[in-house]
Amino acid sequence: MKEQVVRVEIREGLHARPATEFVKTAVKFSSDIKLGKDGKFIDAKSILGLMSMAIAQGQEVTLQATGSDEEKAIEALAKLLTEGE
Amino acid sequence: MGQQKTGVAASPGIAVGKAKVYSSHTVHTPQYQVDDTAAEIERFTRAVSASADDLLSLEAKVSAELGPDEAKLMEAHRLILQDPEFTGSVTSHIETDAINAEAALRVVSDSLIALFESMDNEYMRGRAADIADITSRVMAQLLGLDYGFNAGNDTDMILVAKDLHPSDTVQLDLSRVKGFVTDVGGRTSHTAIMARTRGIPAIVGLGDVSETVSDGTPLIVDGSNGLLIVNPSNEEVARYLEQAQIDAARAEQLHALIHESSVTLDGHQVELAANIGVPGDAVIGVAHGAEGVGLFRSEFLFMNRDSLPSEEEQFQAYQEAVQTLDGKPVIIRTMDIGGDKSLDYLQLPAELNPFLGYRAIRISLDREDMFKTQLRAILRASHYGRVKVMYPMIATRDEVVAANEVLEAAKQELRSEGIPFDEDMEVGIMVEIPAAAIAADQLAEVVDFFSIGTNDLIQYTMACDRMNEKVSYLYQPYHPSILRLVKMVIDAAHQHGKWAGMCGEMAGDLNIVPVLVGLGIDELSMSPPSILPVREQIRQSRFEDLQELAAEALRQSTSDAVKNLVVQATD
Repeated sequence: MKEQVVRVEIREGLHARPATEFVKTAVKFSSDIKLGKDGKFIDAKSILGLMSMAIAQGQEVTLQATGSDEEKAIEALAKLLTEGE
Repeated sequence: MGQQKTGVAASPGIAVGKAKVYSSHTVHTPQYQVDDTAAEIERFTRAVSASADDLLSLEAKVSAELGPDEAKLMEAHRLILQDPEFTGSVTSHIETDAINAEAALRVVSDSLIALFESMDNEYMRGRAADIADITSRVMAQLLGLDYGFNAGNDTDMILVAKDLHPSDTVQLDLSRVKGFVTDVGGRTSHTAIMARTRGIPAIVGLGDVSETVSDGTPLIVDGSNGLLIVNPSNEEVARYLEQAQIDAARAEQLHALIHESSVTLDGHQVELAANIGVPGDAVIGVAHGAEGVGLFRSEFLFMNRDSLPSEEEQFQAYQEAVQTLDGKPVIIRTMDIGGDKSLDYLQLPAELNPFLGYRAIRISLDREDMFKTQLRAILRASHYGRVKVMYPMIATRDEVVAANEVLEAAKQELRSEGIPFDEDMEVGIMVEIPAAAIAADQLAEVVDFFSIGTNDLIQYTMACDRMNEKVSYLYQPYHPSILRLVKMVIDAAHQHGKWAGMCGEMAGDLNIVPVLVGLGIDELSMSPPSILPVREQIRQSRFEDLQELAAEALRQSTSDAVKNLVVQATD
């Protein structure tokens, strides 16, 4: 398993549109991916789970991936979260 | 005789067809036990995949008509629909409780809606509506009902709704819609403007029509007179169909003027342009013989979304309209948000008097980053045709100077980045605040043109909210005070070698156009279907006569007196 803590830089936080991008990226990987905030983890491939976390800009989240492409998955998703507009 | 109802004549023309009632109805959810849960899950899965297919085709349509960013919302809906958290909980409810798919869907949907509604972030609370929308879509599939408008193959559909929003109408195949009737709204509501742009007859403000008419009810929409006939007699149908035929013949006659210029018998020329709301409307403008776009409202770029549009996104939208006009002028109005249109992501505070508050150029000058991004996008589009920029809601000369400073900074940036733009792009202002009309001579020194926005100008001059039925009688376009202000603006422009146009409702009003032309207006911008009738009228007039008519109109002391005068003159 690979894990990385990232600070969310998306200006408006993880709302519907950025959440859509995030999930679309996540489902490209075969690894099991989880995203956590304040100790609560959700399936990173679930847009509902993601939206229910109400992640705002500046918050720290934990990405966890387990599987054959775990490194690439973490890299791609971390990049998405840290790149503000 | 059918039953007659009168509403606001929102878009002229006659439509004879059958009602299609649109409602975001909360359907009654059937509840029962099932034995074969596997079959029930299969039924649910099929409904989900059919709904996802619908959304996918909708996405393509929205992307083509409103741009890729708008389509993202449909995409988000599709992802939610296919989210294992969503479908998984429904199927597990079916399985463990041995209940039907509709009941299971309702349980899951209700708990998700409750979850989103309980969030402390206003944006997320709004997502509850998305869940409700998705639920209705799947529910309709399960129950074999029509969802929204995507119903059957009727080609004589008259859409009946409480109200219609841009997100509703974009889902429509407008070639199948013969007419619109709604319970609420006025002449400037979204439905009314959209219907006029597309040339579809419409009546708004009918009260409770969406509740009293049902699917398939025969209707006649007389959009010119705001008259709806429910269950018309054969005789009425025949009479209106005949009128519709006369209208069609008349349309053909007007069509012959499409490539003609708008010039009076004695050689005075006026430019007739189109008001548009989305880049796609530019095509409609050209099809109606527009000599340019006199008002390109940029608000669509900012609405129905959760963040500001990027420079690139704006540039592409402007460029599309500019290229469609192929060298003819396009006046792009910078963001006119506030007032009745608010944006959640700008977090504009609620105001006691929104029309007198923080809106349009006032926001732009306060949020310079946002304003400069828009100006950069407009400047970049200017390289591809003839673009003019226009600032809305200008009250003082200081505002124009400040806006021009931001424009100069945007130009400087583009120059240093080597990005091409039109160095001589004209800069104008909307004259819609009485202060700007009264001091027009001083404003004329710092702008290239004026465009009179009559809707707000009348509202502000008469201090009347025209949506308020108790005072809407004061909304008097022909009032001497309005005509005097219009004259002041035109005269001020001409004294400084500038030009003056008009882009409010009045610009397409055949009764008053002769007076406006007589006052010396240089350009009239209106909803596309009004262009050819106005052109015909101008081509049949003598400028000398119109000047006299205008002088006479200015001597009247009441709105009714002006009205009598102009109606007599145009008869």
